[in-house]
Amino acid sequence: MPINFGRTGRVLLINATERSVSAIETGGDAATFFIGGRGMAGNFLRPFAHLPFDSPQMPLIFMTGPLTGTGAPCSEMLSVMSKSPLTRTVFQFSAGGTFGSELKKSGWDGIILTGKSTSPCGIIIKDSSVTFEQSRFIPEMDVSQRLAFFSTGSAAVTGPAAEYGVLFSSMIFSGDTQQSRGGLGLVMETKNIRYIHVRGSGSVSVHDLEKLTAAGEDILRLVSASPVLTGDHGFSRYGTAALFDLVNSRGMLPCLNFRKTCYDGTDPLNACAYDRLYGTVSYGCTGCDIHCGRRLADGRPVPEYNAMVHLSALTGNTSVERTLLASALCAEKGMDPVSAASTIACYMEITGKSPDECDIVKLLADIALSRGEGELLKSGSLRYAAAASRPELSMSVKGLELPAFDPRGAYGTALSYAVSTRGGCYSDACAISHEILRKPVATDRFTFSGKPRMIRLAEDARSAADSLTVCGNILFAASLEEYARALYAVTGTETTGHDLMLAGERINYNERIMNYICGFTSADDDLPARFFSDPGTPGAGISIPPLDRNKFLEARSTYYRIRGLSADGLPLEKKSLELGLSWTDPD
Amino acid sequence: MDRPGLKYSARLVKSGLCEAGAPLFGIMEDGITWSGRIQEEHILEEVLNTLNFGSILFSPTAEPFRSITELLAGEAQPSGSIVPDDTETRTFLHEIPVISAFTPGEIITALKRRKGAIIPGRGIITAGPVTPEQAFVTFSSICFSCYVKFFSDYYYYTRGVKKLPDSAEKIAPQALKAYRSALKNISDFPSAKGPFTSDEAVYAAIVEAGRLTVSSGMVDSFFGNVSALFNDCIYITQTAASLDELEGCIDCCPLDNSSTCAITSSSEYSAHRALYNLTHRRTVLHGHPRFSVIMSLLCDRHECANRGRCHTACTAKRFINDIPVVPGEIGTGPLGLVRTMPAAMMGRGVIVHGHGLFTAGACDFTDAFTSLVDIERMCFEEYCRLVQF
Ligand SMILES: [Zn+2]
Repeated sequence: MPINFGRTGRVLLINATERSVSAIETGGDAATFFIGGRGMAGNFLRPFAHLPFDSPQMPLIFMTGPLTGTGAPCSEMLSVMSKSPLTRTVFQFSAGGTFGSELKKSGWDGIILTGKSTSPCGIIIKDSSVTFEQSRFIPEMDVSQRLAFFSTGSAAVTGPAAEYGVLFSSMIFSGDTQQSRGGLGLVMETKNIRYIHVRGSGSVSVHDLEKLTAAGEDILRLVSASPVLTGDHGFSRYGTAALFDLVNSRGMLPCLNFRKTCYDGTDPLNACAYDRLYGTVSYGCTGCDIHCGRRLADGRPVPEYNAMVHLSALTGNTSVERTLLASALCAEKGMDPVSAASTIACYMEITGKSPDECDIVKLLADIALSRGEGELLKSGSLRYAAAASRPELSMSVKGLELPAFDPRGAYGTALSYAVSTRGGCYSDACAISHEILRKPVATDRFTFSGKPRMIRLAEDARSAADSLTVCGNILFAASLEEYARALYAVTGTETTGHDLMLAGERINYNERIMNYICGFTSADDDLPARFFSDPGTPGAGISIPPLDRNKFLEARSTYYRIRGLSADGLPLEKKSLELGLSWTDPD
Repeated sequence: MDRPGLKYSARLVKSGLCEAGAPLFGIMEDGITWSGRIQEEHILEEVLNTLNFGSILFSPTAEPFRSITELLAGEAQPSGSIVPDDTETRTFLHEIPVISAFTPGEIITALKRRKGAIIPGRGIITAGPVTPEQAFVTFSSICFSCYVKFFSDYYYYTRGVKKLPDSAEKIAPQALKAYRSALKNISDFPSAKGPFTSDEAVYAAIVEAGRLTVSSGMVDSFFGNVSALFNDCIYITQTAASLDELEGCIDCCPLDNSSTCAITSSSEYSAHRALYNLTHRRTVLHGHPRFSVIMSLLCDRHECANRGRCHTACTAKRFINDIPVVPGEIGTGPLGLVRTMPAAMMGRGVIVHGHGLFTAGACDFTDAFTSLVDIERMCFEEYCRLVQF
């Protein structure tokens, strides 16, 4: 039997209803077609895309990539995919930590979890053995206590927020530095699965270790040459919070529910403030070479950039200590701080409450445990604002609350928010890379010209990276050109950067098709009205006008054309078949 | 809309890499727009349509780059690639593929793998996936890396340790002659005098120093970095900034760690900072002058255990006359030049192996810039002496 270099060729299918397991053999074709990770997960999700997120048949998918466990730089991410309770789109996120490599060392490329257990339980995977057990967690138990049950291997757990039906409940992995977005923690909860623990004793076979080492050196050389990642003021030194000053100086830092775009308060809220007040040390996901996380000297994690801004400037909170408390609360309750904070900011604007009248920490706790106002807010800003008849005040796209880059200050970022398959997310196309971080080249942030193609290409690259299960941050420095060499070394099959881009295009298009099946149209590829009517906060000699609606729509049309979609942003049968994807007519 | 790639075509011509009218840019927006015409436009069209890049650049090169790339390409055949030893190649290009025919298939195969390629008898083709600037930078880097490789090979050829085709005997003297007269013609020096008294003065001095570094030919692809220390702040050029147009591309980074705005500044910010900490200098200039780089690559200790890893592992105390040559890669990694260059800055400047030259000034850019040019002139004459030109 030939060795599957870089892949085990087997995916574990778990049915929680029947508490049964089986193995799916994955042929070589699907693997090259979808790479792994996000691509493979999408491939498995597609037949179920029409189902509601809480249907027992809806799969929750965990996929490793061909580089997982091989020692290739920053390649230890795990792709998790299902349908989002918050956006009702297909939703993928990448988790750090060692869950992926433990899974692969157990002999599995991934897990497809379906069904619904009659009582809360956990799943224990040790190599080929899979057992169910009654959940060890007591209700409302904090996430850190839950993770503490598992001292070896790696675990994926949900938190109290999922028990209370918070639509942006996260799933938390041992050794990861972030709370995931999109509410897939709630999907796991609807299956009555509170945790999955995995421990593997095997190893991952690599075709040519020497070539892999050389490819890894090429990648790490670029990491060292990257000011964003490893410069004196970069992520390795200050965490992603290092972005605060730059984004603020560009008038792109969202304050008070995006009513202002520059923080000019007297209390510093930037990365240096945390450093000065508490002293910080870097940490990162296990197996990462960048270490974009940051911890205080007392051990508490500094929130990542988007959470940090939303838990402070966006909600009018000017205290670093309260930001830390708020962030820790989200982490312990298992919910996405970006959506949670943005929902609170929306609530404050609608109710007219000032920051002094709102205790953000208390509100977050109320959301997590569905108490008081929290009961209204736990469904996210879009549902809350709609219920209050002010849907336009939800700063979200497809129901996913926007991250901490104001789209009026960077037009590629604006377009990418609108068209991302998972809703208001910057990381799919990461236009801030060229629009404000000058990588790989600087582009004019105040124009749509050329951006549709840049967005499409960057989405393809990111889809491929998520499928290799490479950390998105690495794309600030290295590209698929270098990773193609690493993949070649691992699998022994010649691959080029361009091959990966093609796969990335296919992976992204497949998600488009799934969203189409779920009823999404161009009407959903849009931004909140505020960005087309109100200017941003002027400063540093720059005025920030509202986005020009016509130019935005024109750019979106161009994007649709370049992506191979209809004028209404819908996938086309011809293009779909061209990419080798099956075609389903939703009618 | 401007003619596509106009700005970068002008730069290629101005820096002597291409003849006027030669560069052809193809820009893909909704359709493809070409900056000029060549017979085989349909070939490039097919390349662009297949690869889906935002832009592509094809151009024959001007002398001496034409002869140099032809010679190196000949050495790389059949269907091989050129692997120069300089930092630019190692970090960004990795290798330069040589393709045997001007056909869509050959070009596509090369550009699927790497950023650019040499087509013998025709020129160089490079990709700009995001913007035409990328295609320009890669084109320029390929020319620079090939130039550096040729003259380092030529040195070993004159020493009898490397074979080169006879044509090298013709190419080298002509290129050296041309470069000698270019060096002689450098006559503009910084006018901004220190000590600086306002941040406006600092910005203006950096802009001027950047412009002169480019016009004197002390860079490749217009990249390098320039900084000045003023009022407990380091004013430094941003990463990927063209040194001849620095307006709006200078970051002010306070030394008290109160802000992280240097996140967009040059990848050598840490090295500049370390240098200011260790010395009393007030300005730093960094360029990639050709013969400073070439001379740093030459070493006669063929049996050295570190041969092939000189750029990080060289332990010899090397000098070119008074100028130290140190190992070190770009940036802050464990093998980064931040750990070698600053401490070596005792005199006029420091050369980083295979990479470029750093000089520092006492209060403005006059001495730093003069040193940059003088050291390059010295390295050039030293090279000429070694190859008996
Ligand atoms: Zn340099």
